[in-house]
Amino acid sequence: MTTTRRTTLLGLATAIAGNRASLALADAAGDRRFVVVILRGALDGMAAVVPHGDPQLQALRGPVPEGLLDLGGFYGLHPALSGLHGLYQAGHMLAIHAVAGPYRIRSHFEAQDCLESGAEHRMTSGWLNRAVAAMGLSRENGALAVGVSVPLLLRGASPVANWVPHGAATPPQDVYAAVAALHQGDPVTGPAIAAGLRERAFSAQALMGQPEDKNRFGFPSLARAAGTMLAARDGPRIAALELGGWDTHASQVGRLKGPLRQLDEGLLGMKEGLGEAWTQTAILVMTEFGRTARINGTGGTDHGTAGAAFVLGGGIAGGRVLADWPGLSDNRLYEHRDLAPTTDLRSIAKALLLQHLGLPPPAMEPVFPGSASAAPTRGLVRG
Amino acid sequence: MDIRTAQAFVRFGLGRQGAEPLPSDPKAWLLRQLHALDAPVLQPQATTESGLSALREDRETKPKPGESKARALFTAQAAGLLDHALTTPAPFRERLVWFWANHFTISLRRGECTGVACAFIEEAIRPNVTRRFSDMLLAVMRHPAMMLYLDNIRSVGPASPGGAHGAGLNENLARECLELHTVSPAAGFSQTDVTALARLLTGWSVDLQASVPGFLFRARNHEPGPQTVLGGTFPPGEEGGTAALLALGTHAATYRFLATKLVRHFVADNPAQADIRRIETALRNTNGDLGAAAGALVDLESAWQSGTKLRTPLEFTIAALRALDLPADHRPNIGRVLSALGQPFLNAPAPNGWGDTAADWAAPESMIRRIDWAHALSARIGSNDPMTLADTALGPLLQPATRDAMARAGSRRDAMTLMLSSPEFQRR
Repeated sequence: MTTTRRTTLLGLATAIAGNRASLALADAAGDRRFVVVILRGALDGMAAVVPHGDPQLQALRGPVPEGLLDLGGFYGLHPALSGLHGLYQAGHMLAIHAVAGPYRIRSHFEAQDCLESGAEHRMTSGWLNRAVAAMGLSRENGALAVGVSVPLLLRGASPVANWVPHGAATPPQDVYAAVAALHQGDPVTGPAIAAGLRERAFSAQALMGQPEDKNRFGFPSLARAAGTMLAARDGPRIAALELGGWDTHASQVGRLKGPLRQLDEGLLGMKEGLGEAWTQTAILVMTEFGRTARINGTGGTDHGTAGAAFVLGGGIAGGRVLADWPGLSDNRLYEHRDLAPTTDLRSIAKALLLQHLGLPPPAMEPVFPGSASAAPTRGLVRG
Repeated sequence: MDIRTAQAFVRFGLGRQGAEPLPSDPKAWLLRQLHALDAPVLQPQATTESGLSALREDRETKPKPGESKARALFTAQAAGLLDHALTTPAPFRERLVWFWANHFTISLRRGECTGVACAFIEEAIRPNVTRRFSDMLLAVMRHPAMMLYLDNIRSVGPASPGGAHGAGLNENLARECLELHTVSPAAGFSQTDVTALARLLTGWSVDLQASVPGFLFRARNHEPGPQTVLGGTFPPGEEGGTAALLALGTHAATYRFLATKLVRHFVADNPAQADIRRIETALRNTNGDLGAAAGALVDLESAWQSGTKLRTPLEFTIAALRALDLPADHRPNIGRVLSALGQPFLNAPAPNGWGDTAADWAAPESMIRRIDWAHALSARIGSNDPMTLADTALGPLLQPATRDAMARAGSRRDAMTLMLSSPEFQRR
C-alpha cells in the first residue's frame, strides 16, 4: 500500500473500518478536476444569456435590458455575471444556448431527476457517479458532494464523500469510533458515517489557514472551499454543488439578480480556491430546463424547455457562445411557447468526460444509457 | 415494555416521552388518537388574520432585519408547535399533521408565507388529518399561505376584465396541485390540463387590505368560459374551481398516489404493492377518509417491523428531546437544531417537500451532525443514569451492542451520545 499524506490524515477512519485494505489509495488517476453545478428551479436561459440580436425578442420580453455584457454581438450576458464575462474575455468561459436534456417534461422534480440520471427517465444512480465508476477513482480521490445531502447526480455504486462546514464542539474521537462501529452493519448509515468522518479529517487539514467566511453556508463560500479541496494534491477530483432560487414565476427581473450574483461570486471563488489547478479543471453549470419564451402575466416566466448552460475552466475552448439558434418566431418555438432545444446537454457532458477527463468512448453508454443519438460536441477543450 | 408497545411509540408516534405510562393495548391507543380532534395547540391561536396583518404592517413599515412582525409571529408560533410535539398525548396525530404538512409543502423560502406558515398548519392541515382528503385539499388551496407560496394571488385570466392590462396567467399552483398534491404524473396529465386548471383558479386570491384580511375571489380576474381538466368539464366561477378540486381530490390516481406516500412514510422506503393496495382501498371505500387510511396503516402487519425507516432530522430531534424529557426552561432552541441538521422548520427547498427515504437523509455529513448534536444535547443529562434512560425510551429495541458500548463509555454524557446515535434510535 502506498502511503500518502491522505492516508495519514485518514488514520481515524482506518481505525474505525478495521480493514486497512479498504483504505488503500490508488495512485492519483490523473490531475484533471471536474465540477458540476446544478441550478435547481430552472434558470431562465434567455435572461442569463440574452439573445438581443433576435428580432422577435422584444415582442416576447419587452425592451432589451440595459447593461448587458457583450458576447459577440448577437448575445449579451446578464450584468450580474460580470465575473463570468471576465472569464469569457480570457477565453475560459463558454456559454451554451438552446440546450436541453433528452426529456420534455415541465415538472421541476421529474426533470431534475432525469437531468441528474442522464437519461429520459429517472434512474436510481446519477451520471456523475457512473462516470466516477468508469474512472476507477478511490473514495478518497473520488467525488465530493458539497452540501448537507448528496444529490442524485452523485448517488450510486461509487462511494462519494460529502462536506459542509461544521460547528466547533464535537465529541471525542473514541465516541465517533464507537458510533461508527455500532452502525457498521447498517447498509445505509454505516458507510455514510464512515465517509463523513473521513471527510471531516481531510477537510480540516485542507482548509487549515483559510479565512473563515461570515456566511459559511452560502454558495460563494462553499464553492471557494470546494476549489481549495479540489486543489489539494490528494483531494477529491470530482465535485458537485447546487444553487437554488431560479424558479422565477413572478417579478423575475428583481428576483434573478441575487442568485446570479451568488453564482458569479461562487464560480470566481472556486477559481481562486483552485489556484494553479484551474488549468486542469472543467466546470459544467446546468439547470433542469429553460423557461417560457414569453414573459407571463406576473412579470415572470413559467416552466419551459431549452435554456442556457455554461462550461468554464483553464483548458476550455471558451470566449464564444455555442448555439444552433432556433429563432423566436412563433412557429419556431417548441409547442408555440418555449425556446426550442437544438443541443442535447448530454453531448456537452459527454464531450467533457471524453476530452477533459479522458474517459474511454465505450464508457459513454453506461454513463448515459440510450444516448447514441447525442454525439459528443467537438472542440470543447483546447488543444 | 413489549416489542409492539415499543414499536407503537417509534413507528407511529414521536418516541416515548420520559417514563410516560405504557398503553395496555398499543393498537387501541393509536386508533383512539384518530377519533379525538386536537384541542387548540397554540395560545393565542395562529390565524390567517394575524399573519396577514403582520405581513401588511411589515410592507408598510419596511422593518430592519430582525424587526419583522411576521418573522416574530412565526418564531413564537413555530416554537409553540415544536414544544407541543414534545408533550402531546396524541403523537400519532402529530405525525399525521407533519406528514400532510409536508405533502402540502409551503415554505419560508417564499418570504411572504412567513406570517401565515403556522396558521396554515393549524387551519388547513391539523383540523383535517382525519377528515376527507378533498376537505383538506380545498382548505389548502384556498389558504393564503399556499396561494402566496405558489404565486396564485396575482394570476389573472387573460380574457377576464382584469387581464386587459397585460396581467396574465400564472400556472404554478395548478401544476403543483396536479403533480404533487393530487393525481401525480402517473395520471398522465398534459400541459393543457395544467393551463385549464390554472384558468379555473384565476381570481383565487388574498385580500390584504380588508379589515379581516384573508381569501378573496376576485371575479374581475377570473377567466370566463368552461374548462376541461383530465376529461371533466367545469364551469367558470369560484364554484368551477371548487368542483375541479373535488374531482381531483377524489380521483382514483390521487388515492393511489396518497396510499404510496403514506406507506412509504410509515412502513418502508420501498413500499410493498399489497400494502399500497390496502390503503388505496381504504381511501376509495370511504371517499378519501384520511382517518380510515391512518387506521388501515396501523392494521398493516408490515408496519410493526422495527427499524425499517431512518428518522428524519425533525423526528430524531423530537424523539431525543422526548427521551430526555427536559423541563421547559432547560431545552435547546429546536428551530436552530433543525436548521443545523438540514431540515429547517417549514422551510423546505421546493414544493415537493422533504424527502421520505433513508437516501434523502443519510448523507455522510448529515449523519455526523446528528452525532455532534446528540453529544451537545447529552451535556444536559445531569445525574440521570443513561442506561435507565435507554431502557425507558427503547425497551426491547435497545440492542446488546449499544448496551455494551454505553457500559464502556467514559462518561454519562458519552453513553447518552451513543444511545441517541445508535442505529436503533436513528431508525424508527
